[in-house]
Amino acid sequence: MAEFAIIFISAIFVNNILLSQFLGICPFLGVSNKLSTAAGMSMAVCFVITLATVVTYLLNMLLAAFGLEFLQTISFILVIAALVQMVEIVLKKISPALYSALGIFLPLITTNCAVLGVALTVVTKDFNLGEATWYAFSTSLGFGLAMVLFAGLREQLALNNVPKAFRGIPIALVTASLLAMAFMGFSGLV
Amino acid sequence: MEEHTMGKFQLITKGLIKENPTFVLLLGMCPTLATTTSAINGMSMGLATLFVLVLSNMAISLIAPYIPDKVRIPSYIVVIATFVTLLQFVMQAYVPDIYETLGLFIPLIVVNCIVLGRAEAFANKNSVVDSACDGLGIGLGFTLSLTVLGLVREILGSGSAFGFKFIEGDGILAFVLAPGAFLALAYLIVIFRKLTSRKAE
Amino acid sequence: MAVQSTFKNMTICLLAICLVCSALLAGVYALTAEPIAAASAAKNEAAIKEVLPDTAVTVEEERTVEMNGQTYTYNLAYDEQGNTVGCAINVSPLGFGGPISIKVGFDASGVIWNTKVLSQAETPGLGAKCTEASFSDQFKGFDPSAKKLAVRKDGGDVDAITASTITSRAYANGLAVAVNVFATIAGTPMPLDAATGATAAQDASYVSDEVEKSNN
Repeated sequence: MAEFAIIFISAIFVNNILLSQFLGICPFLGVSNKLSTAAGMSMAVCFVITLATVVTYLLNMLLAAFGLEFLQTISFILVIAALVQMVEIVLKKISPALYSALGIFLPLITTNCAVLGVALTVVTKDFNLGEATWYAFSTSLGFGLAMVLFAGLREQLALNNVPKAFRGIPIALVTASLLAMAFMGFSGLV
Repeated sequence: MEEHTMGKFQLITKGLIKENPTFVLLLGMCPTLATTTSAINGMSMGLATLFVLVLSNMAISLIAPYIPDKVRIPSYIVVIATFVTLLQFVMQAYVPDIYETLGLFIPLIVVNCIVLGRAEAFANKNSVVDSACDGLGIGLGFTLSLTVLGLVREILGSGSAFGFKFIEGDGILAFVLAPGAFLALAYLIVIFRKLTSRKAE
Repeated sequence: MAVQSTFKNMTICLLAICLVCSALLAGVYALTAEPIAAASAAKNEAAIKEVLPDTAVTVEEERTVEMNGQTYTYNLAYDEQGNTVGCAINVSPLGFGGPISIKVGFDASGVIWNTKVLSQAETPGLGAKCTEASFSDQFKGFDPSAKKLAVRKDGGDVDAITASTITSRAYANGLAVAVNVFATIAGTPMPLDAATGATAAQDASYVSDEVEKSNN
């Protein structure tokens, strides 16, 4: 159990996927203008990362069994793309409510490097299936946490008068920098 | 579909300033922030992306007319992933140290929006040679930006440039770490905007 | 401009692309497999030479040893007369950003000759300094029977990297495990001569269980 706790804490706070591993920066900067969209995106990412990691973990075992590890990158990205499409179709059928909440974010997720990044990290880490799933889930919670915090800050920021050259992305990056600094405070935790 | 009207030279140079992928289009932020802990690392990442960009642009411009519209994106992704894997083999064999330093971010070139973006916006409706020039231009712009960002972070963070130390001891450590990456990029974008807007006037 | 999308031509098209791509990859993989293996072997060999005394001329093939249910790999080295002059052991303790793979070289008496990081994913500017001489030089000639392989914070004799206790602790733990592995190797009659082997085994026995646990 202790291992699971360590994975959880380190994935969310210490090695935060956005603020220390720099994976998934595009949605972090792109859809963090409003708190509600940021939360929706985070939920969709959380769902896809966890599911994709389980599938790619099993796929990797299959590839390893045939000695085809060199097809890892290409097969992972194809599986993730197909998976995202399938999730979209299934959600539309069985849960229209969830689909209307997450639907518009799903197509963006295929090329979100957080998904492929986590899938590729997990297979190098020597995890069993349970740990891998838990790691993926914790990591995506960390994504959500950073995303929501950041969106909250940016909503406040929008009310301020920012120098012209800083408007838009630069001031968002400065904010992210301060947030990353705050998260560095967690580094002694594990 | 808009055909471009630029010459080859313009195609190559537009990526450096006017359509600079990092400072103007703000694409490919993940590798930009993650691999620029030093000038050399930034440059290696830029060149790796350049390699994939040129080859995938050429391949996609060749095969685009034969691909049904609905499977366009998956086909492009497979082509890009193939070149990325090729790059992985080559780097592992001949520059294993750089391959290890860049680590995860080499396979992640697959999902770099710059590469797929150029395939979709340029390569699939232009000739092979023009697509190669376009890839070269955007790739050079990306390489240049990453090198500059890496250089700034290296000078401030470790007191060295391209690995040559000119200050004894440490620099401002935060610049090598995550917060400095965001901050340095923010200020470089601001400086870039100032410079280019003055030029326009 | 694009071809009409029908189920048939979409399937054929994707299938064809996938086939061509995987064939291409398989071909290049076969071509580069040898240089990749050669590059990693060359790196490994250079690292072995670096962590062992200069008198080591011939390095033996890699061997394995079992300790506490874990398998470790090591290489023995001999001088011109065929005497054992040292042993390079591979350990990979868990650092801050994942395993740190370290090659630890011992001379025949069980004193650490040198250490070398083969791969690590520590934070640049902080933990990644474990590859620099300013940190790793302190282990040159480190005698585990006289000094304790733990950071000063934990009551040992290892100077930690500033602000990177986790990495430094992992490094020290990894070396302590290597000392134990050395003792196990020396304890088995085969390679090193019995006298030095026995002392090494006794000297190393102080390394606490705790160290091993944190490494597993």
